[in-house]
Amino acid sequence: MTDVKNLEDLFQAKIDAEQKIEPKDWMPEKYRKNLIRQISQHAHSEVVGMLPEGNWIGRAPSLRRKAILLAKVQDEAGHGLYLYSAAETLGTSREQTIDDLLSGKAKYSSIFNYPTLSWADIGAVGWLVDGAAIMNQVMLCRTSYGPYARAMVRICKEESFHQRQGYEIMAVLAQGTPEQKEMAQDALNRWWWPSLMMFGPTDANSPHSAESMKWKIKRQSNDELRQTFIDRTVQQAEVIGLSIPDPDLKWNEATQHYDWGAIDWAEFNNVVAGNGPCNKERLTARNKAHDEGAWVREAALAHAAKKAKKKQAA
Amino acid sequence: MSNNPNNWPLWEIFIQSKRGLEHKHVGSLHAADPQMAIENARDVYTRRQEGQSIWVVPAEAISASQPDDAAMLFDPADDKTYRHPTFYTMPEGAKYI
Amino acid sequence: MSQTNALFTYTLRLADDLLILSHRLGEWCGHGPVLEEDIALTNRALDHIGEARNLLTYAGELEGKGRTEDDLAFLRPERQFLNTKLVEQPNGDYAHTIVRSFLFDAYHLPLAEALLKSSDAQLAAIAGKAVKEAQYHLRHSSDWLIRFGDGTEESHQRAQAALDNLWTFTGDLFTQDEVHQAMVKAGVAPDLAKIKAAFDATVDTVLSEATLNRPTDGFMASGGRQGKHGEQLGFILAEMQYLQRAYPGATW
Ligand SMILES: [Fe+2]
Ligand SMILES: [Fe+2]
Ligand SMILES: [Fe+2]
Repeated sequence: MTDVKNLEDLFQAKIDAEQKIEPKDWMPEKYRKNLIRQISQHAHSEVVGMLPEGNWIGRAPSLRRKAILLAKVQDEAGHGLYLYSAAETLGTSREQTIDDLLSGKAKYSSIFNYPTLSWADIGAVGWLVDGAAIMNQVMLCRTSYGPYARAMVRICKEESFHQRQGYEIMAVLAQGTPEQKEMAQDALNRWWWPSLMMFGPTDANSPHSAESMKWKIKRQSNDELRQTFIDRTVQQAEVIGLSIPDPDLKWNEATQHYDWGAIDWAEFNNVVAGNGPCNKERLTARNKAHDEGAWVREAALAHAAKKAKKKQAA
Repeated sequence: MSNNPNNWPLWEIFIQSKRGLEHKHVGSLHAADPQMAIENARDVYTRRQEGQSIWVVPAEAISASQPDDAAMLFDPADDKTYRHPTFYTMPEGAKYI
Repeated sequence: MSQTNALFTYTLRLADDLLILSHRLGEWCGHGPVLEEDIALTNRALDHIGEARNLLTYAGELEGKGRTEDDLAFLRPERQFLNTKLVEQPNGDYAHTIVRSFLFDAYHLPLAEALLKSSDAQLAAIAGKAVKEAQYHLRHSSDWLIRFGDGTEESHQRAQAALDNLWTFTGDLFTQDEVHQAMVKAGVAPDLAKIKAAFDATVDTVLSEATLNRPTDGFMASGGRQGKHGEQLGFILAEMQYLQRAYPGATW
C-alpha cells in the first residue's frame, strides 16, 4: 500500500514539475484508463467527423474548394490515425478501440451527429467546429502524457488551415448573393449551439474534470475554453456581417467577456444518448466501411505472409 | 501492440526531413508488409513536404525507402499550397484566425 | 478542324480523364477499407485534381473565350465531356477501384513520359509534374493488384472479376481519331500504338506476378473521346455541377 502511495506521490511530483509521462513510466491505473477513454473518443471523433464533410466533396462548387475539402477531410483521417497510435502506447489495440466504436460502446463528439444540409455547412463546420476543436487541441499540446501531447502538436499544425478555409467559405457566402448570405446565416444558426456544446458540460457538471486537471491531462476547464471561443467567434461573425443566434448575447464591460444565453443541455444529453439526427447513419457508415474492408485487409496479410515465406525459402 | 494474427502489424515510422538531418520518429501506423508501411507513411506523414526519406521499423527489422524514389514520393506535395493557412485571404480586421 | 481546335479538344481529353477519376476516388474519402488506405486514395484524388486543373486552365486559354477551369468543369453538358469511359465506371468493390486505377495508371505513366517531349511547351511542363505522380500511382495500384491476385481466394476472385468487367473499357484509351492523328502529326501527342505497347508490357508483368489472367480483347468500348458516355456520367455531373447549376453566376 505504501509502495503505491509512494509511486503515486512520485508520479504527481513529476506532473507538478511539468515533466511528461511516457508509455513505460509507472502511472495510476485510473490515469491510464482516463487517457485511453479520452484519446480514443478523440480519435473516433476525427474519423466520424470525416462523414458530414465528406458528404459535400462530390458537390463542392469549384475545383479549388474541392481540392481544399479533400485535403481537409484527409487530414482528419490522419488525426484519427495519430490518436489511435497514441492510444496504442497505453496497451490497447486499434482493433479493440475501433470495435468499441462500431458496437456503439465508445463515444465520439456529438457534433458529428448533425447533418450538413447545405454548402454553407461546410463553411460553418470548418469555422465553428474545427475552431472549437482547436481551442481544446491547443491546450492538449501541453497535456501530461507525452505521446498524446506529441500527436496534438502535429494535429494543431495541420488544423490551422481547417478553420481558415471554413471561415473563408462563410465570408465569401456572406458577401455573395442574397441566397448565399441566407445559406450562410442558416448554417450559423444551426451550428452555433451544438458548437458551444462541444466543450462539454459546465464545470460543475463535468464528471472527469477535476481529476483530469490535477493530472494535467486537461489544463483549462470546459467553461473557460467555451468563453474564449465565444469571445473570438462573435468578433469574427461581426466582421463578415453574420449574426450569432443568441438574443442574450451582450458584451460585459465589467468581465471583459460576452454574456450569453443558456445552452439546451437536454438536447445535448439526447444526442449523446444516441438520439441525434444522424447517430444511426454515422455508425452505419463506419460499420459498412469496416465490414466491406475486411477482405481487403485479409488479402494484404495473406500476401505478406506468402512473400515472407518465399523470402525465407530463397 | 495487438497480438491478433488477423491484424496488420504496427510499424514505427522515422522521417528524415532534409538531407544531413537525422531520421526522426514521427509516429506509427499499421501495414501488412514493409512496402505498404512505407507507402502508408508517405501518405500519412509527408503530406506537407515534411520528408525526403522514410524508415519503417517493425519489431525486429528496419526497412528504408529507396533514395531513388524521393522525387516521386515527395514532389507531388509541392503544389498543394492550399494546405497552408497563408493561402487564405482573411477579411480585414478578423482576429485569432 | 483547325490546329488550335484540335489542341483544345486534345487537352480537354487529357483533363477530363483526371477530373472524372478524381471525382470517383473522392467518393471513397471517409469510407476506405482501412484508415491508411483512405489517406492514400485521397492523395491520388488530389494529384489527379491538381493535374486536371492545370489542363483545364490551359484548355480555357487555348479556346480564348475566357472560360476558366471551373466553367469547363461545372458548366459543360455530358456530351462535351471527353474522358475515357474507364474512369467514369463506378467504384464497385475495392478490387474494381484498384483495377480501374491500375489500368489507367498503366496508360497514364507512359503517356505522361511521352508528353515530356511534346512540341507543346505547356503540355510538356504539365507532364513534368505528372510523371512523378504517375510513377507513384502505378506502383500503388500494382502493389494492391498483386496483393489481391496473390492474396486470398476471395481477393483473387474479386480482382479477376474486376479485370474481366473493366477490360472492355481499355479500348477507349487507345482509339486514335482524326483529332489525335492531327496531334501526332504536330508532335504534340504520342502515337497511341507506342503507349499501348508500354501498357501491354506493364499489364503482363503485373498480372503474372498477381497470378491473374489477362482478359482477351472482345467487344471493346469506345466513344468516350467523342462525348458518347455511359449513363453513369450524367449522374456524376448532376452531383458535381449541382451548386453551379442551381445558383448561376454565384461566386464560391
Ligand atoms: Fe482534426
Ligand atoms: Fe480539423
Ligand atoms: Fe476536426
